[in-house]
Amino acid sequence: MLLTSAIVTGLGLGSMYGLIALGFHITYTVSNTVNFAQGSAMMVGAVLGFTLMVTLGMPLWIAAPIALAGCGVFGLIVERFLVRPFVERNSDAWLMATVAGGIIVDNIVLFTFGKEPRSLPSPLATNSIEFLGTGVYPLQLLIPVVGIAVAVALQTVFRRTDFGKALLAVVQNRDAARLMGINAKVVIASAFAISTALAGLAGLLIAPLFSVHSDMGTLFGLKAFAVAILGGITSATGVMIAGLLYGLIEALVTAYLGSTYTQIVVFSVIILALALRPNGLLGRAAVNKV
Amino acid sequence: MVCRNTSWTRRLVLAGISTAALALSAPFDLAQAQETIKVGLVAALSGQSAKSGEAITRGLSIAIDEVNAAGGINGKKLELVSRDDESNPGKGLLAARELVQREKVAVLFGGLDTPVSLAIVPFANQAKVPFMGVWAAGTNITRNGAADNYVFRVSAVDAYVGEALVDYALEKKGAKAPGMILINNPWGESNEHALHDALKKRGVEAVGVEKFETNDVDVVPQLTRLKQAGADVLFMVANVAPSSQVVKSLDRMGWDVPVVSHWGPSGGRFTELAGPRGEDVHFIQTYTFTDNMSPKGQQVFAKLKENYGVTSLADVMPATGIANAYDALHLSALALAKAGSTDGTAVRDAFYEIGGYDGLIKTYDKPFSPENHDALNAKDYVFTHFVKGEIIPLN
Repeated sequence: MLLTSAIVTGLGLGSMYGLIALGFHITYTVSNTVNFAQGSAMMVGAVLGFTLMVTLGMPLWIAAPIALAGCGVFGLIVERFLVRPFVERNSDAWLMATVAGGIIVDNIVLFTFGKEPRSLPSPLATNSIEFLGTGVYPLQLLIPVVGIAVAVALQTVFRRTDFGKALLAVVQNRDAARLMGINAKVVIASAFAISTALAGLAGLLIAPLFSVHSDMGTLFGLKAFAVAILGGITSATGVMIAGLLYGLIEALVTAYLGSTYTQIVVFSVIILALALRPNGLLGRAAVNKV
Repeated sequence: MVCRNTSWTRRLVLAGISTAALALSAPFDLAQAQETIKVGLVAALSGQSAKSGEAITRGLSIAIDEVNAAGGINGKKLELVSRDDESNPGKGLLAARELVQREKVAVLFGGLDTPVSLAIVPFANQAKVPFMGVWAAGTNITRNGAADNYVFRVSAVDAYVGEALVDYALEKKGAKAPGMILINNPWGESNEHALHDALKKRGVEAVGVEKFETNDVDVVPQLTRLKQAGADVLFMVANVAPSSQVVKSLDRMGWDVPVVSHWGPSGGRFTELAGPRGEDVHFIQTYTFTDNMSPKGQQVFAKLKENYGVTSLADVMPATGIANAYDALHLSALALAKAGSTDGTAVRDAFYEIGGYDGLIKTYDKPFSPENHDALNAKDYVFTHFVKGEIIPLN
């Protein structure tokens, strides 16, 4: 019972870390930059979902796409104003700019949405069901399924569609891609939009199990970045596996050793793993041209 | 050059105006200072805990109106000066300094956050200005070890809350093997000590202590450990959102264990966040506005309706903050009247002289002495729970 509940918890949270970390992976491979406001994008997804469904009373199938589109727009804004201006001038200040952007958004939400945490109800998270000797909400079983399905779908899109190929072309050689008529700016902007939409999806999925408030994404964003590095930020599969592993280790340590040790053990394991594999589980070493 | 000249002229004119304004306002200020006695408030008036600051302000203001309507203190009216600490100890200390040194407040009132109050305590003792806590429950705020202690409190004290929670769990719930689920911060730790001490006195030992973070989504692993250790009651210490994560996790596990809690759940929309099982959580309060309250309660509730547009009992959610502040202001007014001056030491000593006072929370009888700076004790807490979004006392 202890084992099954820890596994369900671990896989559920792990796939959330994985989804947000995939966002880090996508922007990094396409543009060598990441959006440190990913945690805030997750929060924006949940807050938009709450506003559309609870405050305005929209059904899920209308509200979810609008919320995800809203997150995508957030990604476009981050890329246009917090990343591109610095990259164009060969500056690494986008690091700080995206962190700052996240803090600003968190505070705007605190100001407009309110300081009180709210609850996003879901029929999939009201009655618990019996699963391998432990009680779970159906949503908890759905979350890892959705998480892995999205990761697989994303890989397929990258390998099979023109857009995906354009994206990979920009990754391989930006100048050559540009000569072939691919608009690198549009591709990079889309990568940011996709990454924030993925974080928004994580926010929508986790909200009914959690509460909706302005700083709900901070810790998730941080853990997801650890996951992205652990998985090898250049490999989508590696990132998703690292997410699931992170979630599982976290839950198992809490269950068997106690919550006092959770963070100590989890981050020690990460340091150890990176010492053994400096480029992450499935990452490739970056080639430094001299 | 032309530009520069205009700007200089403008500055000169501005300087002239402000000097004139200062000259005009200074004597006016002096005159006012002679007519009123200022009391200060340093509390969270913005951010996540803004609601607590609002409750305290309401309690203080209603009591100040009553004192002033009855002729003030030795003919002088009371005046409230408030500063926002944004739940930040540094800002709180700065605000306290400003209120004491510039505004010359006679008594300083404190807010929700234990860390902010702890930052102000050494300053209050050094400046010899009475500092009255009306919310933060950290034990060492009043028991601060200073030889010359100026800190008083009308609120819960973690040390007593531990006693009250343990008594309730052992006597009312027949618990023999209690477990603890605590937030991982100084407040959780202060309560871990208090609960352990209270249990030890009664010869009982906790079967497990688990901590969790404010933003933890799933507390099932911690709770499963407590369940396997054989816990038959849970002591819970956390603010409203993390508390609701505990309750949701319990619901998911299908573990029907009694939960006895500190006052965290009272700070927000607990039953919305925690679901229907939130109503099973029993938690302490120092006061609740109910359908059958004392004449004093009715009088304060009428004022809340009149001054702040409060419509129902559910609207006065942080009742604890309102009631603590209300009683604390009246007790301070009694001390100020007895002292006959606003000298800090005279007022502090006058707090010890207060005899009886028929308050909102209880009838106080010699509430303060040099050994005891806390007006409320374990017997003054009420156990409550939520029913349809309203806090209702349990019998």
